[in-house]
Amino acid sequence: MSEPAAVANTTTNASLKAGSNLERLLAAGEFVVTGEIGPPKGCDAEVVRHKAELLKGYVDAANITDNQTAIVRMSSIATGLIVQQAGIEPIIQMTCRDRNRLAMQSDILGAAALGMKNVLCLSGDHQSFGNHPGAKNVHDLDSMQLIRMFQEMRDKGVFQCGEEISGGGPRLFIGAAANPFGDPIPIRPLRLKKKAIAGADFIQTQLIYDMDTFRAFMKRAVELGVPETTRILAGVGPLKSAGAARYMRDKVPGMKVPDAIVARMDNAVKDIPADDKKARAAAWRAEGIKLCIEQIRELREIPGVAGVHIMAIEWEEAVKPIAEGAGLLPRPKVS
Amino acid sequence: MIVAEQKSLDEIRSLLRGKRKVLAVGCGTCVAVCFAGGKREVGVLASALRMAGQLDGSPVEVDELTVQRQCEAEYIEALKDKLADYDAVLSLGCGVGVQTIAEHYDGATVLPALNTKFMGGPTEQGVWLERCQGCGACLLDYTGGICPISRCPKQLQNGPCGGTDAGGRCEVDATMPCAWHLIWEKMDKLHRQDELLEVRPPKDWSTSRDGGVRRIVRDDLRKPKLESGA
Repeated sequence: MSEPAAVANTTTNASLKAGSNLERLLAAGEFVVTGEIGPPKGCDAEVVRHKAELLKGYVDAANITDNQTAIVRMSSIATGLIVQQAGIEPIIQMTCRDRNRLAMQSDILGAAALGMKNVLCLSGDHQSFGNHPGAKNVHDLDSMQLIRMFQEMRDKGVFQCGEEISGGGPRLFIGAAANPFGDPIPIRPLRLKKKAIAGADFIQTQLIYDMDTFRAFMKRAVELGVPETTRILAGVGPLKSAGAARYMRDKVPGMKVPDAIVARMDNAVKDIPADDKKARAAAWRAEGIKLCIEQIRELREIPGVAGVHIMAIEWEEAVKPIAEGAGLLPRPKVS
Repeated sequence: MIVAEQKSLDEIRSLLRGKRKVLAVGCGTCVAVCFAGGKREVGVLASALRMAGQLDGSPVEVDELTVQRQCEAEYIEALKDKLADYDAVLSLGCGVGVQTIAEHYDGATVLPALNTKFMGGPTEQGVWLERCQGCGACLLDYTGGICPISRCPKQLQNGPCGGTDAGGRCEVDATMPCAWHLIWEKMDKLHRQDELLEVRPPKDWSTSRDGGVRRIVRDDLRKPKLESGA
């Protein structure tokens, strides 16, 4: 891969850690938008290109998930390359579930060699949720140690063992996840702070539906000084139906969906007969997008929020109207 | 202690297929305490095997013997003169016990009647919980006496994952408390929560099973070797 066009301001470039589009926009003080592309359960590159097409121009970078929910899919780095070639900057997700420290370092060197600059460090969903529940998990490192390992590879030019990386370390913009809603709630800002201490350059949060809890989380994060070192992107996602809202409220560990949101989704179809499934689905989706836009507008006003991460998995078409409705288009360009 | 659980009667019977005379050997230590393989369980299992054999017309003779510890050679000496009479030894010891008998009596067919589960202890009547994975580098000082290596399904060392549910339960098993929830609460009580903000570096797993088969050599306890020519 060729390097991106040289930036006009070389001083700024030198002060950047990786020089990714995402990092440049954040450094320029822009309110950033990231999206998400789930690799297919197969080897068809066209599926990836199609998803990339749906996001192109509407996000600054896109997460490429790594066997999300512990279901085997095309590798995140391979998918990331296809996405990159399609004109979207990838954020490579990497979980600690499937690889040990040798594999993770080797893979990140490969990703960097292919021109990828953003990485998101995750523990990974437990294999019992996926399609190979009998698999052995790795967890050689945890997500905190993964962040630190990549930071030291980049800043000290050394492998985790301390040996020098030939030709210098990979330039990486290092991300991590945060869940403001997992119990015990009071420790969540501290865990966020710990990820900042470990070396996270940016954070993407779990899906936010409970605005009050998130506000309290951000207030504490600001008090702890997290935004001074680490940019926080608020996670949002359009609800597809009242059933989806209920499922997330009742069944998904670590998720908080207020009853008012469920009620709002119920109301969206209250005048539509139950047998008119098509009309109900359309009404729900319209309401889900509307709600998401309102949430982004609210999130943007919360101190410390540097952008949004829009998770519209298997509904990539929703990203454009959401970004548009929230006044986030066109996406800014930085040189 | 080592906690074990008896295999199903069907599985044990399939292990014993074709065996006419079996010696069921219990162990009087860990597996007796957790009601899986002590003298009483040997008696119950032996009766069940005899009855099942009678019922389906494949009678099996099962004799019973329980030793104090199956994991040390001197305690299984009692088997020495008996083994020739049996088609198989059915061990109700843990995996260590089964292997010690098999190693000591290499002509004998030794079959496991238990599944060895974990190192742990009882938390209430009839409930045992894993507490240690023998990682070989104890970190309980850092975690307020609660082990995240054995009690977190992801073996996280720097705090909980994002999946803890209401009340701090583990996403993998909602009947289990999240180990890191417990650790934070304990460290809060000890006024040591600040220590948890320190990033714990990658663990050296070479002291765990990843480093190969483990053994401990204590020169201070070994019998002195005779000097050559002495």
